[in-house]
Amino acid sequence: MSITLPPAGGPPVTLGLPEEEIHGVSLWRGAFRRVRRNPSAIAGAIIVAVFVLVAVFAPLLTPYAPGSAEWSGQVTPTSVPGPSADHWLGLDRFGSDMWTQMVYGARQSLVYGVVSTAIGLIVGATLGLVAGGFGAVGGRFGQSVDTFIMRCVDVMLSIPSLLLAVSIAAVLGQNAYSVMIAIGAAQVPIFARLLRGSMLSQGRSDYVLAAGALGLRKKRIVVSHVVPNSVGPTIVQATLNLATAIIEVAALSYLGLGASDPAIAEWGRMLVAAQDRFDVAPRLAILPGVAIAITALGFTLFGEALREALDPRTRR
Amino acid sequence: MPTPAAPLLTVRDLAVTFGVRGQRAVHAVDEVSFEIRPGQHVGLVGESGSGKSVTSLAIMGLLPKRGVRTSGEVLWGGRNLLTADPDELSRLRGREIAMVFQDPMTSLNPVVPIGVQVSEVIRRHEKADRREAQDRAEALLRQVGIPDPGRRLREYPHQLSGGMRQRVLIAIAIACGPKLLIADEPTTALDVTIQAQVLEVLKELVADTNAALLLITHDLGVVAGICDEVNVMYSGRIVESTTRNRLFATPRHPYTGGLLESIPRLDSPRGAPLRPIPGSPNQTIPWTEGCAFAPRCGNRIDECTSSPPPLKYEGDRDLRCYNPLSDPARAEAVQA
Amino acid sequence: MLRFVLRRLVQLVPVLVGLSLLLFIWVRALPGDPARALLGEKATPEGLARVTEAYGFDEPVLQQYVTYVTALLHGDFGNSIQTGQPVTESFLEKFPATIELGCAALLLAVVVGVPLGYLAARHQGRPLDTLVVSGSLLGVVTPVFFLAILLKLVFADTLHWLPTALRQDPRIDATHITNFYVLDGILTQEWDAAWDAIVHLVLPAVALATIPLAIIVRITRASVAEVMNEDYVRTAEAKGLASSTISRRHVLRNALLPVVTTIGLQAGLLFAGAVLTETVFAFNGIGQYLFEAIGRRDYPVLQGFILFIAIVYSLINLVVDVSYGVIDPRVRAG
Repeated sequence: MSITLPPAGGPPVTLGLPEEEIHGVSLWRGAFRRVRRNPSAIAGAIIVAVFVLVAVFAPLLTPYAPGSAEWSGQVTPTSVPGPSADHWLGLDRFGSDMWTQMVYGARQSLVYGVVSTAIGLIVGATLGLVAGGFGAVGGRFGQSVDTFIMRCVDVMLSIPSLLLAVSIAAVLGQNAYSVMIAIGAAQVPIFARLLRGSMLSQGRSDYVLAAGALGLRKKRIVVSHVVPNSVGPTIVQATLNLATAIIEVAALSYLGLGASDPAIAEWGRMLVAAQDRFDVAPRLAILPGVAIAITALGFTLFGEALREALDPRTRR
Repeated sequence: MPTPAAPLLTVRDLAVTFGVRGQRAVHAVDEVSFEIRPGQHVGLVGESGSGKSVTSLAIMGLLPKRGVRTSGEVLWGGRNLLTADPDELSRLRGREIAMVFQDPMTSLNPVVPIGVQVSEVIRRHEKADRREAQDRAEALLRQVGIPDPGRRLREYPHQLSGGMRQRVLIAIAIACGPKLLIADEPTTALDVTIQAQVLEVLKELVADTNAALLLITHDLGVVAGICDEVNVMYSGRIVESTTRNRLFATPRHPYTGGLLESIPRLDSPRGAPLRPIPGSPNQTIPWTEGCAFAPRCGNRIDECTSSPPPLKYEGDRDLRCYNPLSDPARAEAVQA
Repeated sequence: MLRFVLRRLVQLVPVLVGLSLLLFIWVRALPGDPARALLGEKATPEGLARVTEAYGFDEPVLQQYVTYVTALLHGDFGNSIQTGQPVTESFLEKFPATIELGCAALLLAVVVGVPLGYLAARHQGRPLDTLVVSGSLLGVVTPVFFLAILLKLVFADTLHWLPTALRQDPRIDATHITNFYVLDGILTQEWDAAWDAIVHLVLPAVALATIPLAIIVRITRASVAEVMNEDYVRTAEAKGLASSTISRRHVLRNALLPVVTTIGLQAGLLFAGAVLTETVFAFNGIGQYLFEAIGRRDYPVLQGFILFIAIVYSLINLVVDVSYGVIDPRVRAG
């Protein structure tokens, strides 16, 4: 696009200025572009993509069923069969195919991670928005609602999150749902704080004042201005929490909570089982441990890159 | 006429380029040359982005190390500061050349008491013990017009107003009696009423200590009040350089003319339109292709967009223009 | 200053009340009859009756809560279902071990982490920085128990460089006064006991320290990098100050503020990590005890320990808040 200058006494000059320099770049498009250029972000995105694909397409990646323990006959106290043509990663100590266990373990982690983060996000964000909304509106009633909700959040935050998850899981019983609810509940305070903080700080920000001065109604300001600005940090936090959730799922399995069958394909559980065979078959512990670390790494890299990309201060 | 004293500071062909891998290089400052003599007050005028601040930071050696390339010479006492050893440079700063920055709200350390922030300069450059330095700090605070200086010594920056903080920064700058004081937009961040006060303080101090002053600003009013010589910068290069009186009486560069025209005047008729410079600063062409101001210039001719105008001495000033504003006195002389 | 502390203490009260309420509800949220849930398999009619009497399950809820809180205020956190030992007693018995471990881990994390973070920030973009950043990222995402298992299996079981488990070699006849084994060794001048305790601390402390170390490195680095770009650092440079003065008085004194807060938050992580680490190393602290209690669903112990931990965590955060006020004069005003 070119600009013709206002006549100023000389022959008009046309300048070729790129479109962007005139119209600017939207937050998301700009962020996307920056993420694309960041090598650690790309690494993180690749890891996440691989993880998700493996988890989703698990049945297609292996002919065997998880936790089947079919080849337990081949396992002795002093040897666990290693990698072979039939079993790419060998067997685990119960006689199941290790590759199958790893692949289905990814699926477990993905499901647990996503569900618990979703629970935390939905419940936490709602609480945070309500608290922030009432707090921003002000007045005695609004302030007390805000304070009350945040006190409850403080109570939850006074217990380290793993222990909080442990206590909830212990109460809810020995099944998969308890783990998801427990970890989800432990994430609620994080999201609640985040959204409330976002609501309150936006409420005080200049552009909201400006919108109000222009005559927009409060509700409209909240919906079309405040909420979209909170989406970014929330997504970043959700990504980072997903990384933590995956680790906590494994930790809870290690502590003996969650579903009771020890042969179930879940990375944390596999770690527990692998301990006493370490001298014989170290890969039984290393594979799931490294898998947990790498997956969590992928989400963390991606989340952090996203946070940096969305930060308006560092945008050019 | 007595021979003029040797210049304190000589800036010759200073150029500063910012560039990170993968992005276009930005020539923030290019072909900048000027001199400052002892006791002289020099102004460096321009809009944001004209490169005036970068120039001052380059002189002090305070530009970031990465992503910045500097070339040219900044001569002080025979040494080129741009290539000086960092130790040497740090002994010069605060003692012989001092700087006052733009934003008083962020230029002081929030967790250290004011007294320490003033006395530490003294203790660094002169042999003074803590007691002595504190006493001198108190005297300095009084000199810049801060009431109850004894109490202020123990206070923290957040307990002072913007104007007071800027005075503290000035006190810090003159603490060791520098020969050159560089003031980068010292009043821009302050309320208008405080601006005048702080400028007065600056003027007095500089007069008292006979220090040279390099004043960087976009505000022509400030320049008119203090400076003897003025350099006008546009897009990284100096476009006009002369004495204050000549600049204000007969500006010859169209940009300078535009700046002066755009100032609203008390004696203009009611309802007369304001006369801003047309266009905006980002409507520009690189100096390597022609005159950066050409897109916005009313005196533009073909040559302006085909080759860069050099800085030439035109009798009573340095000027970078192919088609400068006409000089009414000269026109009269020609007619007569 | 004193007002600041008092205000923070007062703010703590509703949180503790809410906590006691939460834990109160928690026990009664167990599926089925609370008494039966508490006893689990060992439920006999007499046992049930006794527990119901002791906890007052047959009384109205409000009265139960009052009884509960009164007991709490008297330091009575109930008794273990398994051993009958008062929860308070077992907590105080095991607490020093975890404190020792936690302090060792935190010390390690700070002493190594802060300088590393500082150096990385000063040499941004260069190989040292990249190394430090990658290393700390790995540290954050590696599960504590995985690392603990690896360390134990490599350094203890295989290489035999360090002991595999426990806090002290049972063959050493050590006198215990405070239950802080290292301290005890020093106090009684039984240097071999003290040294042995330290040696036993190494692996668990390293495992436990990894995550806090990684976090401290990252926060220090980010904070120092940010502070170095601040205007007041530029002012300090313009003053011509010596670079050591600039580092100390202007950069670090500001950059370390967020690091101090982080250290307080790490305490919470350390408790959680302790549960996992102590289990791996059979380190006889509250973490291991908690793990065992989870296994046998010993609810009074769980409830009591979690309440204790929450109280300690809140107090630690209080101390951090107060120290922040000491370091940053701007906070004192507000």
